[in-house]
Amino acid sequence: MADTDTLSLVLFSGTDDKLNAAAVLTAGGAAMGRRVNIFLQYWALDAFRTDRIHKDHGVAPEAGPEGHGVLQRHGGQHWSEILGQAKGIGEVGIHACSLSMEMFGITKDDLDPLVDDVEGVASFFLEVDGPVTFI
Amino acid sequence: MTTTEVSRSIDARGMPCPGPLMTLIGAIREGQVGDVIEVLSSDEGSRTDIPAWINKAAHELVEVVQEDGFARFVVRKAR
Repeated sequence: MADTDTLSLVLFSGTDDKLNAAAVLTAGGAAMGRRVNIFLQYWALDAFRTDRIHKDHGVAPEAGPEGHGVLQRHGGQHWSEILGQAKGIGEVGIHACSLSMEMFGITKDDLDPLVDDVEGVASFFLEVDGPVTFI
Repeated sequence: MTTTEVSRSIDARGMPCPGPLMTLIGAIREGQVGDVIEVLSSDEGSRTDIPAWINKAAHELVEVVQEDGFARFVVRKAR
């Protein structure tokens, strides 16, 4: 049954457009009964730091000169708020990559409460039962 | 024209996808079985998402009314 499959996302990019797209996918998956398993690495992890989660994280290079304005004009909910709603309606786990934590010199206390725990990559795969999407 | 009595009305117009659906899910969870919840949405995604979720979550879509620039979804909490 497709609806019992876990949506496994690895978030690498820390720009607001990619994080927003990932948050929307998470919300949709959670609404439709999918378990969502998220692993935060590198710049995505950095964006979840409490002191910078609401700062402007810019947009991906492919957005071009116009891209930033498109996102800002559209407004809408912040990706962290969408993730919070998704956690409220479904089973959504957000895990911080221990290697990236070490690289940035941060601890769990530096991260927004949306992040459930810190784990190694093998632990992430314990909950993977299908494809992994890398964003 | 409907004779259904609406228990709660949510104006989600202007809210982008997936906001209207998420708001509806929250309202359904807070409500009692039998409650009728109305959501107004101008988000195009709601046209497919709200009926898809209602079907999946086994609630009842009482009606969808297309108004000027938005749609009105009337949902009964079935369980």
